[in-house]
Amino acid sequence: MSNIEKDEHTGVETTGHEWDGIKELNNPAPRWWLGVLIITIIWAIGYSVIYPSWPTLSGDGERGGTVGSIGWTQYDELADSQVEIFERRAQYLSRFESASFEDVQADPGLYAFALAGGASAFKDNCATCHGTGGTGAPGYPNLLDDDWLWGGTIEDIHQTIRFGVRADHDETRFSEMPAFADIYSSEEIADIADYALSFSTGGSYPVRGKELYDEQCALCHADNGTGDRFQGAPNLADAIWFYGGSKAELVAQIRRPKHGMMPNWDSRLDANTLRQLAIFVHSLGGGETE
Amino acid sequence: MFNSHKAVEKNSILMLIFVVITISIGGIIEIVPLFRMETTIEPVKGVRPYTPLELAGYNVYLREGCYGCHSQQVRPLRDEVERYGHYSLAAESMYDHPFQWGSKRTGPDLARLGGKYSDDWHVAHMIKPQSLVPESIMPGYAHLVNKGVKLEDIADHMIALRMVGVPYTDEQIENAYADALAQAANDSDGLDGLMSRYNKVNARNFDGQSTTTEMDALVAYLQVLGTLADLQDYKHDGTQRSGR
Repeated sequence: MSNIEKDEHTGVETTGHEWDGIKELNNPAPRWWLGVLIITIIWAIGYSVIYPSWPTLSGDGERGGTVGSIGWTQYDELADSQVEIFERRAQYLSRFESASFEDVQADPGLYAFALAGGASAFKDNCATCHGTGGTGAPGYPNLLDDDWLWGGTIEDIHQTIRFGVRADHDETRFSEMPAFADIYSSEEIADIADYALSFSTGGSYPVRGKELYDEQCALCHADNGTGDRFQGAPNLADAIWFYGGSKAELVAQIRRPKHGMMPNWDSRLDANTLRQLAIFVHSLGGGETE
Repeated sequence: MFNSHKAVEKNSILMLIFVVITISIGGIIEIVPLFRMETTIEPVKGVRPYTPLELAGYNVYLREGCYGCHSQQVRPLRDEVERYGHYSLAAESMYDHPFQWGSKRTGPDLARLGGKYSDDWHVAHMIKPQSLVPESIMPGYAHLVNKGVKLEDIADHMIALRMVGVPYTDEQIENAYADALAQAANDSDGLDGLMSRYNKVNARNFDGQSTTTEMDALVAYLQVLGTLADLQDYKHDGTQRSGR
């Protein structure tokens, strides 16, 4: 059967197999290839000694496996990689932590540090609702203008970010407009909407609209429609509408108001990040000093 | 020596024995770690099986193939921890069958999504993502708002999960249907019962509609992601493991 012969052209032996007159040279695998194979095997043995790899039945060592001679873990590597960035931040953080918002604004280095940290945290956490550039979306406030629901000083913004609005937190900002569909007829509500629109448009309105407004709405939204930040009651006179400024949208909002909700970030972000965010949002355009 | 394989190739019984030995080695190396699975789960408190409504939401998540674009695994790398929060622990997905770690991030990781955004945001975003995030390429899932969530068989799902090790109690399975409805309503009568059976429950009308829809279930599921484990109490005991 086997009929190994020497090929006359190359001097290499054949495998001894023959298929329809076709024979195969028995060339060995290239040396470099064999060398790499052997090196990888040796590498694997060394690796499995140095790094955690083998499962053990005893349960000793890390999570029921060998620990590895250098004791490497991904968690330690994470901690090591964080050390470097923490150190770089520390030179600012040590001062930032103890500085008041006024101090930070007065110190260009600290202020730049706060803005950079705030901008980065904003993209990760806030941009999803308030927009990448802070322009907001229907139902989610624009942060670039000077129309603030709960106040536009850094302290106000900080409190809103920290505890949220109608959030799951004892200190959260909270207010709730009643559903006037339960109190008034559709005609009465339409009159109120006309009057509320007249603050910004200067248009005409039925007298009944003003009467009902003064009776029910003025307590929070003020006689002249300028709102009340203490209660988060929006300014109705500035032509900026949270849920749309058409009469139909106003009527819908008076009948059964939608209430926005902002999560509290106190439990998710650390104190310094919250302060950086407040400073960043304040800087976006509409920040107030007093 | 290099021609000795001829002996094996010509003897089928010998060949069979060597094949069995070779495959056994690979098999043992794959199987033995599975018997040691419990040692890979961190001793972190707070993780509970999903409530029936969350489980229904998990089923919607699976059906819609969310895992195709969203992972649920914050890896222990600096930039990920910086962006998403604490890295994921094995314990946090121990009741997922199948787990939703994923391997592709077209969208962001969702492992720490719970509580990050409001219910209204989730509903509006699911209906048309671009209405809130103009640059998003996520497709809309508006149909979830119009479809009642399938709860008739949710108890059966829980029984099946119990067979693979999720510790649902008889009481939880008996009350599955009622618990699901109670969780999707504001101040339901069944709320006390639900909260006695599960800790850290978000119970409210998630999508604002009077019916219990797939949107309710999905948002309930998304709002619980990554919130169960008591991570502030968790410390990686690097000293013991690394010998430092």
